[in-house]
Amino acid sequence: MFYGLDLQNRLMLGTAQYPSPQVLRAAIAASGAEVITVSLRREGSGGAGFHDILRDCGCLILPNTAGCHTVREAVTTAQMARDLFGTNWIKLEVIGHADTLQPDPFALVEAARILCADGFKVFPYTTEDLIVGERLLAAGCKVLMPWGAPIGSGQGLRNLDGLRSMRAHFPGVPLVIDAGIGTPSQAMQAMELGFDAVLLNTAVAKALDPVAMARAFGQAVAAGRLAHAAGLMPRRDMAQPSTPIFGMAELA
Amino acid sequence: MISVLGCGVAGLCAATALSEAGHMVEVIDPQGPPPPASHLAGGMLAPFCEGESADARVVVQGQMAVGWWDAHVPEVARRGTLVLAPPRDAVELERFARATQGHRWVAPDDLEPDLAQRFGRGLFFAAEAHLDPEAALAALRAALLSRGVVFRDGGPRGRIVDCRGLGAAQALPDLRAVRGEMLLLDAPDVTLSRPVRLLHPRFPCYVVPRGQGRYMVGATMVECNRAGPVTARAAMELLSAAYALHPAFAEAAVIGTGAGLRPAFPDNMPALRRVGDTVHLNGLYRHGFLMAPVLALHLVQMLAEELAHAH
Repeated sequence: MFYGLDLQNRLMLGTAQYPSPQVLRAAIAASGAEVITVSLRREGSGGAGFHDILRDCGCLILPNTAGCHTVREAVTTAQMARDLFGTNWIKLEVIGHADTLQPDPFALVEAARILCADGFKVFPYTTEDLIVGERLLAAGCKVLMPWGAPIGSGQGLRNLDGLRSMRAHFPGVPLVIDAGIGTPSQAMQAMELGFDAVLLNTAVAKALDPVAMARAFGQAVAAGRLAHAAGLMPRRDMAQPSTPIFGMAELA
Repeated sequence: MISVLGCGVAGLCAATALSEAGHMVEVIDPQGPPPPASHLAGGMLAPFCEGESADARVVVQGQMAVGWWDAHVPEVARRGTLVLAPPRDAVELERFARATQGHRWVAPDDLEPDLAQRFGRGLFFAAEAHLDPEAALAALRAALLSRGVVFRDGGPRGRIVDCRGLGAAQALPDLRAVRGEMLLLDAPDVTLSRPVRLLHPRFPCYVVPRGQGRYMVGATMVECNRAGPVTARAAMELLSAAYALHPAFAEAAVIGTGAGLRPAFPDNMPALRRVGDTVHLNGLYRHGFLMAPVLALHLVQMLAEELAHAH
């Protein structure tokens, strides 16, 4: 599924901004997440104490290149991540604009090409643009991670029609909504639309009670996935009674 | 005899409380290693603001810190804390208000006229205070010396109370470093009389007045054990945050920079721990001046209970 790996739980959690590593650990456990993502750009190899705590969580670690603005930075960070965590998974972010944190699709495709050729299993943080998605697949990516909304904005699925098109355009490709999710209902909506997973950080880490919020997101993602698999009823313009409306009741 | 290892805020508070409780105390002050991280602290006694992310114990127990410091060092400024956010991050202020207690909404320029026209509203935490860490630590040291407490290098002669921060990491395997960076600015054109915290989703910062036009601007929080000078990124973030607070900070002279490693346990809570016969007072994280007095008093109590059991 995700590079040959199936996941029971389809919530992926970021590990930044929590009140403490202990709260982070409790939040991961409460959410049921099997994949956690960790940034390296700023901490580098000096983050050993924190990384040890992450390894102890028993989750798969998906290192990311958050904070990288060029192909070279992203590639170097990915290589460092492989050494530090012993994984060839990498969540590839190449930021195009420091204020909006919008991905730079040109640099992203180029970095993805280099990293895929180097044996990495790349999870690219991209937009809902279909052509960029195709180029990323051609570069060797087997997963795409379109944004819901700008990082940390909590705006949810801002371009719903674009995301629906993306889901329809890449039927067999695992698609993960990454970034912009603020509420469990938004995460659930992504799963109801048929996306394969949701990755988020701030909405849980900065909640007043991160552990309870993590649990809420875990349940929402599970419910959304279940609902999609169960077949959602289509919307209708008119009422349709679920019981007959004609005839008299026969009371004994 | 009790030998306190280390003379950052943890060691000096422990030695002070022990000495005041009637214990014979010496302080082992190793020459050579980097100066204690507490010299770079903001020196804010802000239990309510810390409650935004800290455990409730910090809020409850930390409230005694203002009184303790006021009784021990000359200049504790009881002027509260002002919390602000740039207009486009106003939702951060709402969140901060929900996450904390002990505040009221204010017009910032009623408290700090220099901020006139810049911020529509802010949160005021009236019960909080601040001090100058260097001056406060020097005052504690002087008071200990005048009580006859010896500061020296070399091997401990008594029961060990280890307050060495990351220097004790080998005995405390779950202790980690959280890097912090700060700047000291000389900004005579800015007049602020109390700590101001500026909320920002990515670069939160605080500015603490040090008197005579000087301001400490801090502090980054990086999960990293690398010591070494302030990075350009940290300086840019801190300076742009200070500039967002008041444009006259752009004309300030940068008269000092500092980078230190905060010792932290996994719950980011300062703690007393017994390892064998040694008592560790460690993991002060970003709560050194707030929580060291609390732990020092707990330490006195712990030793008194030990003594009671022994008899």
